[in-house]
Amino acid sequence: MTTRRIVLTRSAAVIGAASSGLLLPQIVRAQSNKVRVGFMLPYTGTFAQLGAAIENGFRMALNEQGGKLGGREVEYFKVDDESNPAKGIENATRLVQRDKVDVLVGTVHSGVQMGIHKVARDTGVLNLIPNAGVHIATRAQCAPNVFRTSFTNSQPTLALGKAMVANGHKKAVWITWSYAAGDEAFEGFEQSYTAAGGTIMKKLGLPFPNVEFQALLTEIASLKPDAVACFFAGGGAAKFMSDFAAAGLNKSIQLYGSGFLTEGVLEAAGPAANGVLTTMHYGDSLNTPRDKQFRLEYAKAFKLQPDVYAVQGYDTGLLLIKGANAVKGDLNNKKALYAAMEGAVIDSPRGKWTMSKAHNPIQDMYMRKVENKENKVIGIAQKAVADPATGCRMG
Amino acid sequence: MDFANLLIQLLNSLQYGLLLFMLAAGLTLIFGIMGVVNLAHGSFYMLGAYLAWFLVGQFNSLVVAIVLGTMLAVVFGWLLEWLLFRHFYKRDHLDQVLLTFGLIYIFEEMRSILWGDDVHSVPVPEMLNWSIPLTDNLSYPVYRLVMSGVCVALALGLYLLISKTRLGMKIRAGAFNREMTESLGINIRLIHGVVFALGVALAAIAGMIAAPISSVYPGMGSSVLIMCFVVVVIGGIGSVRGALVAALLVGLVDTFGKVLVPQIAGMAVYMLMALVLLYKPEGLFKQ
Repeated sequence: MTTRRIVLTRSAAVIGAASSGLLLPQIVRAQSNKVRVGFMLPYTGTFAQLGAAIENGFRMALNEQGGKLGGREVEYFKVDDESNPAKGIENATRLVQRDKVDVLVGTVHSGVQMGIHKVARDTGVLNLIPNAGVHIATRAQCAPNVFRTSFTNSQPTLALGKAMVANGHKKAVWITWSYAAGDEAFEGFEQSYTAAGGTIMKKLGLPFPNVEFQALLTEIASLKPDAVACFFAGGGAAKFMSDFAAAGLNKSIQLYGSGFLTEGVLEAAGPAANGVLTTMHYGDSLNTPRDKQFRLEYAKAFKLQPDVYAVQGYDTGLLLIKGANAVKGDLNNKKALYAAMEGAVIDSPRGKWTMSKAHNPIQDMYMRKVENKENKVIGIAQKAVADPATGCRMG
Repeated sequence: MDFANLLIQLLNSLQYGLLLFMLAAGLTLIFGIMGVVNLAHGSFYMLGAYLAWFLVGQFNSLVVAIVLGTMLAVVFGWLLEWLLFRHFYKRDHLDQVLLTFGLIYIFEEMRSILWGDDVHSVPVPEMLNWSIPLTDNLSYPVYRLVMSGVCVALALGLYLLISKTRLGMKIRAGAFNREMTESLGINIRLIHGVVFALGVALAAIAGMIAAPISSVYPGMGSSVLIMCFVVVVIGGIGSVRGALVAALLVGLVDTFGKVLVPQIAGMAVYMLMALVLLYKPEGLFKQ
């Protein structure tokens, strides 16, 4: 009864205020004591499942706190970013200006992330990046109000080179799409592989998202490397593994990759993916008590098996909870909020990780082997891998 | 680069070039004969690929899928010409560009509603799923050879149809002088329908035979469309012979560009186009 009356009186007040010329969103905000969380994620298109997994993970983390942040109720706002960089700034602005969100959670696509990044820097709104690995967000353009809970594009491959040489694979060919994420993944690979004494025989590339690999596979066969290292993701990754096997290369050349090669595409790639080795900050069979508990709870809540994206969404929630608890829900107390988040140790299903000075996770990278459509963790490729954060001056 | 590798890369170039020709031939036919700039041509390629995936799922045979898919594509092309394109022959090219640009979005949306936004793969037919070994570690997939064979057969058929048959004679006459041909009692409307359906079918067949090697994904029509326009521009607008030569040339430059100088993989073809335009602004085979 009371709630209904409150709603009615508040509505009346709001309508009155609006008609007297005051701005509606500000009134609403002044009257609600809820934390406003904006999701800007892909809900349609190629990355739709990734967006859904991230949101699921985030909500799960908050639900474990009774759905509250620092004691305050939470209100959600959602925008489908369609993985369309052209709409990045517009969509982010909508959440910040119109919906007045306190926190902007997004996104998956690195190009769209750059749009969000511009808005976050211009308006100072807190931005949590649950996936996009674009370097610059935590390097030259790092910002006090931007935190990433996933990885940089070169982080998985930073752990790849040493492991490859340790396996006796000293001559390798690198192949990827010629676009920002591919170049950034190569940067990590080149650094770690050459430092470990490996030789990169050739760097092959094709335009994104082209999947006609035949000419390049022929070239790889004629170069006869010990191993091939690559960065592909999504449908193109499945196609690459299938074509690699169809050309007979998997019999004589070990295929390595950044973990995204085998995330979410093992069904599509089928037996062609068996034996592929990748480095990543998560795997399906970590078998730690923390991960087992997470996987069980996630499966119960969403009737789905979690993946690395769900973990990243979950960790985004954990990070925000740490921050919000430290300031008792007053997210406007930015100094204390950011300090708490910078100092946070996240007890993640992927293993404990900490935040670097540039606001990117310092985390263990696992070596994983594909076995029967599963990314089996076979060891730690490198402990506590940090992104170099080149050019970041937080001030 | 040793001889075996060179040979395989030449085969790769040829196979890609022939596939491009199938698409560019339809595009340039429709432009040359009806004067329609058709930006939606890539969508017919995508339609073919999705039909292949859908029909292989139903009938479990790529051959059946291609036969059925071709018939569906012909009907689809005919209907589209009758409902839409024939009203645009005499309109400005800008109107046609707007119409067909809009169609790209409509087709993408229809594809999304009908078949979703996922990436699909079509298996190579069991019988063709093996490779011919050329050296100890280099081999060439038989499916790609068969693909090239199909393209050559269709190109030959197209040539014979246009230069040796009565229908071909009428098509050529209609392209040369529409009023004169009509006054001779030839049903030019029917001819246009046939040509348009033929162009759509060629693009769809290209999409169907390419599906097992290129996978099936949203937006696959647009990247291939750009390549088609490059081929048509290099070959000379409206020339089928030009399209053949240009397609093979683009295949060569693209393949060897990818392998020899991967840094410029995405640009090599455009550099070729720029070169051709510099010396022959109307293309290699301007009619």
